[in-house]
Amino acid sequence: MDDLLRDFLTETNENLGTLDTELVKLEQNPNDPALVSSIFRIMHTIKGTCGFLGLPRLEKVAHAGENVLGKIRDKELVADSNAVTLILESIDRIKSLLSVLEQTEAEPEGEDGDLIARLNEFAAGKPAGAAPVAAPAAAVPLQALAPTPSAEPEPDEHGFVPVPAHKTAAVADAIASQKAAMPAPVTPPPAPVAAAPKPPVPAAQASKPPAAKAESPAAAAESAVAASSIRVNVDVLENLMTMVSELVLTRNQLLQILRSQKDSEFAAPLQRLNHVTSELQEGVMKTRMQPIGNAWSKLPRLIRDLSHELGKKIDLQMHGQETELDRQVLELIKDPLTHLVRNCADHGLEPPDERKAAGKPETGKVILNAFHEGGHIIIEIKDDGRGLNIDKIKQKALQNGIATDAELAAMPDQQVAQFIFAAGFSTAAQVTSVSGRGVGMDVVRTNIEKIGGTVELKFQRGKGTAFVIKIPLTLAIVSALIVECSGERFAIPQISVLELVRGQANSDTTIERVNDAPFLRLRNRLLPLVSLHDTLRLGETRKQEEDKSFIVVTQVGNYTFGIMVDRVFDTEEIVVKPVAPILRDVPMFSGNTILGDGSVIMILDPNGIAAGSGASAATMSENQAAQAAAEGSAREAERIALLVFRAGGNAPKAVPLSLIARLEETDAGQIEYSDGKPVLQYRGKLMPLVTIDASYPIRSEGRQPILVFADRNRNMGLLVDEIVDIVEERLAIEMNNARPGMVGSAIISGKATDVIDTAHYLSQAFGDWFGKADAPFGGVASRSLLLVDDSPFFRNLLQPILQVAGYDVTTAETAAQALGLCEAGREFDVIVSDIEMPGMSGFDFAEALRRSERFRETPILALSSHTHPADIERARRVGFTDFIPKLDREGLLASLSELGARSAAE
Amino acid sequence: MSNLPVPSMTDGTDVAKFGGGAANDFVTMTVADQLFGIPVLTVQDVLGPQRITRIPLAPPEVAGALNLRGRIVTAIDVRRRLGLAKRETDKVNMNVVVDHKGELYALIVDNVGEVLSLQADAYERNPATLDPRWREVSGGIYRLKGKLLVVLEVARLLDFKPKRGAEAA
Repeated sequence: MDDLLRDFLTETNENLGTLDTELVKLEQNPNDPALVSSIFRIMHTIKGTCGFLGLPRLEKVAHAGENVLGKIRDKELVADSNAVTLILESIDRIKSLLSVLEQTEAEPEGEDGDLIARLNEFAAGKPAGAAPVAAPAAAVPLQALAPTPSAEPEPDEHGFVPVPAHKTAAVADAIASQKAAMPAPVTPPPAPVAAAPKPPVPAAQASKPPAAKAESPAAAAESAVAASSIRVNVDVLENLMTMVSELVLTRNQLLQILRSQKDSEFAAPLQRLNHVTSELQEGVMKTRMQPIGNAWSKLPRLIRDLSHELGKKIDLQMHGQETELDRQVLELIKDPLTHLVRNCADHGLEPPDERKAAGKPETGKVILNAFHEGGHIIIEIKDDGRGLNIDKIKQKALQNGIATDAELAAMPDQQVAQFIFAAGFSTAAQVTSVSGRGVGMDVVRTNIEKIGGTVELKFQRGKGTAFVIKIPLTLAIVSALIVECSGERFAIPQISVLELVRGQANSDTTIERVNDAPFLRLRNRLLPLVSLHDTLRLGETRKQEEDKSFIVVTQVGNYTFGIMVDRVFDTEEIVVKPVAPILRDVPMFSGNTILGDGSVIMILDPNGIAAGSGASAATMSENQAAQAAAEGSAREAERIALLVFRAGGNAPKAVPLSLIARLEETDAGQIEYSDGKPVLQYRGKLMPLVTIDASYPIRSEGRQPILVFADRNRNMGLLVDEIVDIVEERLAIEMNNARPGMVGSAIISGKATDVIDTAHYLSQAFGDWFGKADAPFGGVASRSLLLVDDSPFFRNLLQPILQVAGYDVTTAETAAQALGLCEAGREFDVIVSDIEMPGMSGFDFAEALRRSERFRETPILALSSHTHPADIERARRVGFTDFIPKLDREGLLASLSELGARSAAE
Repeated sequence: MSNLPVPSMTDGTDVAKFGGGAANDFVTMTVADQLFGIPVLTVQDVLGPQRITRIPLAPPEVAGALNLRGRIVTAIDVRRRLGLAKRETDKVNMNVVVDHKGELYALIVDNVGEVLSLQADAYERNPATLDPRWREVSGGIYRLKGKLLVVLEVARLLDFKPKRGAEAA
């Protein structure tokens, strides 16, 4: 196909898409002169180009259509429903001619005499046009609706995508094959659509605004768009994206190498490379972004035709169509979206008389809403119709054998509603010519989940139905959690990870078994567990004790389950690469990638794992409602698991469970002495033992319980009398004049309990416990650090750790106090702040600091137990340098030493 | 990373220079003391031992995946594919990277030898007595001085999914 013809097809298809929407708008506002002339101009362009390229059949149809439009523009005709239907029909004819033209590069044989005759008759002002039009008009939209892409060629199929020029400016050098500037398709603003034909406009009113006047500003606006847009072949962008992805990987590898080398002279240039790469990545990602309105542009026409066909009055409202997302994602959600909208209009909305009877306005609403939320796009599709017919769904579920009578009776309605996503669950009783095209809701859900999205269904009987789709902004780069199982590492996409739980014997998180199938009690719910070891048949290697597994709580659709893994590493931004064709049959992997250290890693597909573990669609939707109930309690105040024990004296003592590696019990006779200090042979090494205070008598016989604290490959044991309990409490420390080793006292399980200071005992066992590799500041004057935390417990926990790491620590109880210190002229090299604090929050604090000239560059680290991606995102936005989960001591020290290295390099 | 240079040949040239050479130039390699050859143009790279990530549930012939300058390469254990015994663990292996339909595959072999330019008159089609498993991947045999060279058909070597897929699923 020659370039000229290809360009013509691309442009004409774009124009026709615009025409569709504009015509429907015209029906609403028949006397909008700007609209009429814009439509007329598009039709005129099509006609002109066809004539130029020697396409007589197309030209004739376009010419006849243009005639009618010309009359409307000149106010000789009124753009009523008949006129619009007729013109739409001519557009459909043009489309079908174009599709043949695209395939064969020649116009098809045939005649359009009848259509042209009707158009001409109409143009001549004969009202007779209405009668013959009715029948073909009903037939044509049907054919246009069918999801056959070949019938309506998309601009993208020709490999082109319009990109605003400002986005490409940054990468313009790299793009060799720029095409000549062409006008980008103008995305139409939201077009409310009503089915009822408007009453003819009084002639007097219609003749007022002269058409010519309106044309000039419109034309000016269009040329402005043309000047800021260039046409770039999609392949070029894809290529660019691949290259940038490679660059990101290489950058990550370099950074990883840098991290292992202290004081490298590469630090500063690499940092710069880091920034540039990030910006480049962002820039290239932007070029792939398209407004979601592009995927919606066909909907007004769809709704219009639907309302005619179904005899319903429908008002389509679209909000947020300028919301941008990756074009690849856009392509993939187009069909599911169309299906959902069609469903809303067809099944959701009631006929006008039914609506009237229910006391609702006759015109039903279908509302589309798109917006960004924390790295995701949320698309809502709502109607104000009758909601779902639960009884019908129950019936169908019974018929299909998805659920039993008893199960259904016990299910809340919202849970029953989830069945519509089950495979083969077509509500066949309601199939009209509109729905029931074989695209079931299960396909919609599968398609959305394929791109890492989720779809949620809400409804209220008699009030309406809402689908909420959540999809990632882009598919190319995702954040993934790196885990290890039986010596192999895997990546799990972060979007499906809800939380991490450490399985531990004799605690709240004990892994229990029913007929060998493992479960975990999580907040009063039974969470099914899947052993990654078994699922992936990692049989050859030794299986770690599963009772001590980490559990990655994962959500697929509405099904929540836990994946048991041996270790959990970091999260990493990864570039998803498809697996080799040989491996496409393995459903457990959604792709693979190269990590920062250069090794290849497989990306797990939670869908595949859920399916592989035997979870069917029914069970997947099952535990949803209970989940919702459980969530309420989970979100309550932040609680912390504490281990309560007794050691020396009657008062119970406590330590945060997360700080303890293991609980051991040994024969007291095995305690040996080295250099006068008690030690124990533990796992092939000597483990130093410490006592709660110097006067604590060490037993020489009987059983001796030990709390083991571990750090890398070193262990330390604290001798205690007995382990009492593990409780989850809100930790409210009431300070006392701390004895060494005690943080303070708190009321735990109704008793006054001493909370011990782990740092004290750790440094007692190893003088350099906190100092060692993480203290690159030897010789450097100690750096000043401001620690802001409302909890005295954390302040006391962190202060010694930070001091050992070489910081001169100042503490503040509230953000206001900290801000006071800063404003009073104190200088700090680093600021570490809690997020949740009474009064001023950490976010506000950081924002306030960043406003001040002096603290614009100071690194501020956020500490929080809420590590939701949205929080992390917000923290980054308000100016925090890094975000560290509370109690992640190593993370904090690593981040600090990185900052130290950075500032030393600068 | 131990991207070894392409092994130099007896006459001092290397594989890369054969880029535009005749079609009957073969990169030779040995697997369990048997000499094999792959048309030089299909070979992308020759690597020393690599860190290979195992791929659970993959067909047994797939040894794993490795990183070749940012591209993910699927490693195929040729011994496994030919139904031979496992390589002794202390022996070093070599990877011959080939391109098949735009995807890269690394064929794990025992050793990679020189590039040979072979004459058509030394070529024989597969003898009928050849093990069916070998016949499946062999594109014929060249008679060399003192030994025989089996031509590996890369496309057929990599086409084992239909038979093994069920096993992995």
